[in-house]
Amino acid sequence: MATTRTVKLRVNGVAYEHTVEARKTLVDFLREDVGLTGTNVGCEHGVCGACTILMNGETVRSCIMLAAQVDGAELMTVEGLAKPGGELHPIQESFREKHGLQCGFCTPGFLMTTYELLTKHPDANEEVIKEWLSGNLCRCTGYQDILESVKLAASRLRNR
Amino acid sequence: MKPPRFDYYDPRSLDEALALLDRHSDDAKVLAGGQSLMPLLNMRLARPSIVVDINQIEELNYVRASDSGIAIGAIARQRALQTEKLIAERVPILREGAYYIAHPQIRSRGTICGSIAHADAAAELPALALALDAEMILTSAKAARTVGAKAFFQSFFTTALKANEILTEVRFPAPPKDSAWSVLEISRRHGDFAIAGIIAGLVLESNRAVIAHARLVYFGVGPTPIRVTAAEEALIGQSASESVFEAAAQSAKQGIDPTSDIHATEEYRRALAATLTKRALRAALQKLGKT
Repeated sequence: MATTRTVKLRVNGVAYEHTVEARKTLVDFLREDVGLTGTNVGCEHGVCGACTILMNGETVRSCIMLAAQVDGAELMTVEGLAKPGGELHPIQESFREKHGLQCGFCTPGFLMTTYELLTKHPDANEEVIKEWLSGNLCRCTGYQDILESVKLAASRLRNR
Repeated sequence: MKPPRFDYYDPRSLDEALALLDRHSDDAKVLAGGQSLMPLLNMRLARPSIVVDINQIEELNYVRASDSGIAIGAIARQRALQTEKLIAERVPILREGAYYIAHPQIRSRGTICGSIAHADAAAELPALALALDAEMILTSAKAARTVGAKAFFQSFFTTALKANEILTEVRFPAPPKDSAWSVLEISRRHGDFAIAGIIAGLVLESNRAVIAHARLVYFGVGPTPIRVTAAEEALIGQSASESVFEAAAQSAKQGIDPTSDIHATEEYRRALAATLTKRALRAALQKLGKT
């Protein structure tokens, strides 16, 4: 029994150990304790997808998980996409070129969804891409440019 | 938003989890995939003093063959519906239904048993459980009991599950080999909860001229998933035709119990149920190779 919990985990390849309140959500933990503020907090009940990250290679909503649940896990956040020198990941490049964002709030979630999608389904067709993107909300773009961004990223990653 | 303060336990064995629930049943909530409970905690609509996280209980993480079909443990994720070969072979309609369950980012974490235990009337898995005559294994520290889907779903978010029990396993019998199934729903956006949905099953007589058995289960149109036997009876013994499907559709309209809410009126839901009846029956018939 405890209202606090010590977790050891890896985020973007770096090991962390923190003692957190049991009720702390994973996204708040990432932002406040780990110090990675790229992951955004949107609706806070699992609907908008802004907080999407990868846990052991699968996308999850970090606003509806507890930090206490990631002991031993390998997480990847948007900060893990670009190379250490700052060179953007092909997915990020594609979003920039195709205007797959406007205000940018939803973008970290879209990027992480796209990362798992294209890792698992490098040849994803439009229908599959749309099904995956349906789990992320964007209020600016109307989605068409995001779809084009993902398609461009897919072709670049295939030809890499 | 922050969940209220609670004591957190993540036992490694089912026995430990059940003992915790036995001691604290009225103040405890079981946390599995968290895709329903965590939003409720964040919004403080749920204020348990104890959270029993069952995600570390590896003995509950399985999809395996049972005598009659498949058995799914409490922490098997919804993604398993689409990836487990056993499910595709034995109960393929579960795989089709999974397409409508939220999004990949939810199915990675959300559990099959969790959705059934939560019993949202507009969710797919409770309706699939009712349509396929699934059995729920409810386990407490003292005993385990088996409850059929019809008795399990009682009202909005209300099931036969007691506060000291865990839904440890759901068993889906494989439907008859000669049956064909269709699942359809209407929602505002893909992945949203259904405004109305249907699971339809058909079996033809061996002469393939008339309908031998039918199963029609609706969701999003009442306090629980609803099987409309009157609509099934409109089909049985008839040869499959648009006029027979229309009769079933009209019967379904009367056999459901929808309410009006922000998403749709009662009347609109009845109309959707009728339309879905015809679409689902056509799709099932097509799968039987008879169009």
